[in-house]
Amino acid sequence: MRIARLKVQTEKTLQDAVDLSLIDDLIKKYNGKKGNMIPLLQGTQAMYGYIPTLAFEKLAKETGLELSDMYGVATFYAQFRLAPVGKHVIKVCHGTACHVQNASKITESIQEALKVEDGGTTEDRMFTLESVACLGCCSLAPVMAINENTYGNLTGAEAVKIVKNIRISEKTQ
Amino acid sequence: MKKTKVIVGLGSCGIAAGANKTYEKIRQLKEFENLDFELKKTSCIGMCFREPLVEIIDETGSYIYGNVDEERVVEVLEKHVVNHEPIKELVVKTDLFETKDHSFFDGQVKIALRHCGYIDPESIEEYEAQQGYEAIKKIADEEIKPDAVINMILESGLRGRGGGGFPTGMKWRFAKNSVSKEKYIICNADEGDPGAFMDRSLLEGDPHAVLEGMLIGAYAIGATGGIIYCRAEYPLAIKRLNIAIEQARDQGYLGDHIMGIEGFCFDIYVKEGAGAFVCGEETALIASVEGERGMPRKRPPFPAVSGLWKKPTNINNVETWANIPWIINNGPKAYSKYGTAKSKGTKVFALAGKINNSGLVEVPMGITIRDIIFKLGGGIPDGKKFKAVQLGGPSGGCIPEYLADTIVDYDSVNATGAIMGSGGMVVLDEDTCMVDLAKFFLNFTQNESCGKCTFCRIGTMRMLEILERITEGKGKESDIETLEELAYQIKDNSLCGLGQTAPNPVLTTLKYFRDEYTAHIVEKKCPAKVCKNLLTYTIVEDKCTGCTVCAKNCPVNAITGERKQPHVIDQDLCIKCGDCYSRCKFDAITIS
Repeated sequence: MRIARLKVQTEKTLQDAVDLSLIDDLIKKYNGKKGNMIPLLQGTQAMYGYIPTLAFEKLAKETGLELSDMYGVATFYAQFRLAPVGKHVIKVCHGTACHVQNASKITESIQEALKVEDGGTTEDRMFTLESVACLGCCSLAPVMAINENTYGNLTGAEAVKIVKNIRISEKTQ
Repeated sequence: MKKTKVIVGLGSCGIAAGANKTYEKIRQLKEFENLDFELKKTSCIGMCFREPLVEIIDETGSYIYGNVDEERVVEVLEKHVVNHEPIKELVVKTDLFETKDHSFFDGQVKIALRHCGYIDPESIEEYEAQQGYEAIKKIADEEIKPDAVINMILESGLRGRGGGGFPTGMKWRFAKNSVSKEKYIICNADEGDPGAFMDRSLLEGDPHAVLEGMLIGAYAIGATGGIIYCRAEYPLAIKRLNIAIEQARDQGYLGDHIMGIEGFCFDIYVKEGAGAFVCGEETALIASVEGERGMPRKRPPFPAVSGLWKKPTNINNVETWANIPWIINNGPKAYSKYGTAKSKGTKVFALAGKINNSGLVEVPMGITIRDIIFKLGGGIPDGKKFKAVQLGGPSGGCIPEYLADTIVDYDSVNATGAIMGSGGMVVLDEDTCMVDLAKFFLNFTQNESCGKCTFCRIGTMRMLEILERITEGKGKESDIETLEELAYQIKDNSLCGLGQTAPNPVLTTLKYFRDEYTAHIVEKKCPAKVCKNLLTYTIVEDKCTGCTVCAKNCPVNAITGERKQPHVIDQDLCIKCGDCYSRCKFDAITIS
């Protein structure tokens, strides 16, 4: 299942203040190299968590890549995001093995606990909930990944507990 | 006396099961208790259902312990390492006595996975100690010519393990025969099939084998550059590949005039995929490496003639590459002695779904599906009935129970309407609804269709709409016919493998489980009790004790009743989430 794409950028994203100098090194590294568009976009996203409009414009200006081409690529691949995401990205696996082990229950439980749509971000920008194709841990299905950690053999209740624990540890920090 | 070794399996699946914590605990104990053993890391041995796994090698032999979570570490170390008393009931694999899981390994032949779970994937020395880089040395020392290498691969009978099943040697020959100063080889590690994870495991467990395979391929076809196109969803695999590439460069296995072979200059780098299933298709993958939208193009020209940057390019899958060094080291005959007339060697399968022993198995071609599921896989959990097995992911199909004696080779599997695919084997039991499963796959391919061909772009959407309608109880009698018509149109009129195979899950379920479709359409029933809109939850008055657990937990407050009195479900409010059913301790809730 491809990540439910976030709606086209809103006014708010346009005004999001981003420090564009963060991608200077990236541009220096890839400028002029063939096949550089995807690495440039990946690097930009790694820096901001998404690709801000202003970054698109800067990339176009400094590398000579066409804005329309970049937008075409960014909307083609599931990896790229055009809107900011929460601090923690919850990826619920909906691969075949997870599907037959009731992965939709995990998504539904988290949706309810966080009051967030699939593909959406909580109001406090703490969590983003996504459905992804396959995390490759089929033998531990159903599985979800939060940031770099993978959790297996879940039930809806356990998934919610993990998410709530993250929220608690965020609050105490 | 040799020092005792303690080895922790740290593949992605092991880590998900808590292997990092196990490793940390062992490290702390070793330090604080001043225990005398060598602590090492390895990757996945394939036994995902027993993760975390810890292997202890002492002077008597090797013992692999299963389910060693943080709490069990102390017990295992104390009894085995300190007191030299193996805990027999926790051992899952050893040559010294029969374990309860021995059937998982009996019948396996490990060629592609030969090092997975045995060596430290981040150490080139450990790979070298296991015949590593000896195949390329052999080629250099014995001055085996590129054509002779290709002949060896041809003779081994190795066919593309990514799903296509095209003879690898023949593919190499085409690329070799193309004349160009620059040529490329690509390792396709864009394992997008939901339900398949053998490539991830191989890259995490034995990255050098893949590199050496590519090195041999580069020598054979005369390639100048190599690319590993790996899914970004596999961060650990990417990390270990990059470590391996660095090490190989340091040791001179990559670079200029490799192994002293004049003019053999070759280097490899890793390219992260950006998440598009269609990029498993060769021409789409090439477009993606070039930084474009990953859309397939018409063939010919084939990549062997005009591929990456319009240069001759040879693409093979991870598992194919990993087999190459073994074939060179052991000779093509050693490989072709396994398998059937037209499918030689071994194949790795990822067992998942409703199966007891889920994990990775490598078996000789020609074994029956039933043997894989029941002998190696340990059968179906909870005494449920085996219904079907899904092979080949979204491009494949379902093989029903009565055809489970089909042997695994490319042609026999194709004859059932499924495909071998990359080796994902998802086992389904009586609780799986085949219509729902077909809908799941179609939803996947519909999302992943790149949009180039009309039939694939719109046809899959129409098919999905029909399937959605059927699972919601709004199916029409003509729907099955329309589905079939659309399916054949899409197959005939799509450019690439994605579209040509997208209808397979629907066609095979229609072929073998047509009665389930009619049950949904005519009787408005889901026999497997999966499709929500066709279910009704009711409370059996005699069995209900009035414990109020269901009522308290019902998310929409659809359940009412006095304490210690039978409860009732308000059907208008019920959202069919199944929460009450899973919570009731008295089996008082029925689904119909």
